[in-house]
Amino acid sequence: MDIASLTIDRIHEGLRQREFSAAELAQAALAFAERENPRTNAYLHFAPERALAAARRVDQQLAAGEPPGKLAGVPIAVKDVIVTKGLRTTCGSRLLANYVPPYDATAVERLEAAGGVILGKANCDEFAMGSSNENSAFGPVRNPVAPDRVPGGSSGGSAAVVAQGTAVVSLGSDTGGSIRQPASFCGVVGVTPTYGRVSRFGLVAFASSLDHIGPFGRNVKDAATLLEVIAGRDERDATSAFAPVPLYTASLGESVRGMKIGLPKEYFAGLASETGDLIYGAVAQLEKLGCQVREISLPATGYAIACYYIICTAEASSNLARYDGVRYTWRSPQAQSLIDMYRQTRGDGFGAECKRRIMLGTYVLSAGYYDAYYLKAQKVRTLIARDFQNAFAEVDAIVAPVSPSPAFKIGEKIDDPLEMYLSDIYTITGDLAGIPCMSVPCGRTAEGLPVGMQILCNHFQEAAMFRLAAAYERARGS
Amino acid sequence: MKITETEVRYVADLANLRLTDEEVLRMTAELSSVLEHMDKLNELDTSDVPPMAQVLYEAEETATLRPDREKPPLGAEAALANAPQAGAGHFKVPKVIER
Repeated sequence: MDIASLTIDRIHEGLRQREFSAAELAQAALAFAERENPRTNAYLHFAPERALAAARRVDQQLAAGEPPGKLAGVPIAVKDVIVTKGLRTTCGSRLLANYVPPYDATAVERLEAAGGVILGKANCDEFAMGSSNENSAFGPVRNPVAPDRVPGGSSGGSAAVVAQGTAVVSLGSDTGGSIRQPASFCGVVGVTPTYGRVSRFGLVAFASSLDHIGPFGRNVKDAATLLEVIAGRDERDATSAFAPVPLYTASLGESVRGMKIGLPKEYFAGLASETGDLIYGAVAQLEKLGCQVREISLPATGYAIACYYIICTAEASSNLARYDGVRYTWRSPQAQSLIDMYRQTRGDGFGAECKRRIMLGTYVLSAGYYDAYYLKAQKVRTLIARDFQNAFAEVDAIVAPVSPSPAFKIGEKIDDPLEMYLSDIYTITGDLAGIPCMSVPCGRTAEGLPVGMQILCNHFQEAAMFRLAAAYERARGS
Repeated sequence: MKITETEVRYVADLANLRLTDEEVLRMTAELSSVLEHMDKLNELDTSDVPPMAQVLYEAEETATLRPDREKPPLGAEAALANAPQAGAGHFKVPKVIER
């Protein structure tokens, strides 16, 4: 059994044929992950007892003849901004280095109820703020494909474990591209579902009007399976949607002939040439599959970065106010008075990027600036969302790049925050509009760096999005 | 828009963040470049555009209401388990009232 290339289907076949038990698989997967992890630093910590207990439950179910869950025996990594009861959840922050949550996130409960085996927690940018995973207090993650390069961020660990084969699927979170961009950089599938499709109960909040939980997999079907399990209404998250969850995996084999696809011209102007060539190559494949491709326009695109970084920092400054040394594990030992304690704890505890975003967010919300920045950004957000609604009146899906260039070198952009923000241009629009979007591998550059193609669909059209992605994946032969 | 060092210090106080002098200088330069980029939004006329606070879907106004049923709470012990300092069922903080 080749652990690094397992799929959910292969695991289920192995369990059915009694080739291995879930406990044997969990042990082997843990041993492999612990051995391989020093190459990437993708896992922050492992959960051997929890994993084995989950695997034994699966084995008992199988022995009793009960139908196995959709994720029975599947080794999974969970981004360390998603809380796990009794299992340390650090958010990549020094402030929460020893935080042990008293409850499980809904997504975690659901994947374990479906037989999923959580091996450990995946590294990420501190509080999910970053595009390179260099903002983790516990060290950067190396891209498994090119170890001198970043895996992308903020869900860099979640993408890297799947690319490296140290988990079969993983959970990440996406606020401005934190699932799709690392998926693209590491050459795996990453999915940002419709806003509200997956409960955020237990996702440590960054920017609440933009935060999503979503899956990574080595193929479209595995990612779709994980989403199927975690999606759906949860009364503990009032923003979770009531819409029924279709069986995404049931229609993956269907034809995409006649599907109308739009290429937004604003997204193809500033691309690195190799990235552009690979995306155009993928588009040519889609045409061969019978899709009708046409150019569309999303005119407000040029304003998305400014809009996004106002809204997300404003919400972050509010959400991160709770880390003040009172409730969450770490308090600066130096402070004497209460106000000193707040300020010193936050000043010493947060890393540079979190402080930058808290400062920006506090500034744009402060008296005299609210209308000029925050309210203005919310209006521009309406324009960006309208662009998509207009586009989806004419096309079924939008195809675009994920990132202007492939994975960059560790340290290359860390000193220029604006430059780093600008590289999020193709992913933040989907989050601002709340539509489902995903990254599918579409080839590698001459240097061997993976490039992802982005597919965006209208609200709750995940099934169509997966169908297109699966058809492309088959045509490409991966 | 450029931000001044004085404004950076003022905002840091609002945000309850202690910054070193070096951080204040760096923050002044970095925030200024980001805020200048944000000024781009002023190119757009949004006088007739409603603000979008959240992605909203069609649903009954009462859809998110649920029956008011009693459920076991987390409990003080679990809630305090991560406290840097706790005692007598409370979070402890430095003294705020002089007597």
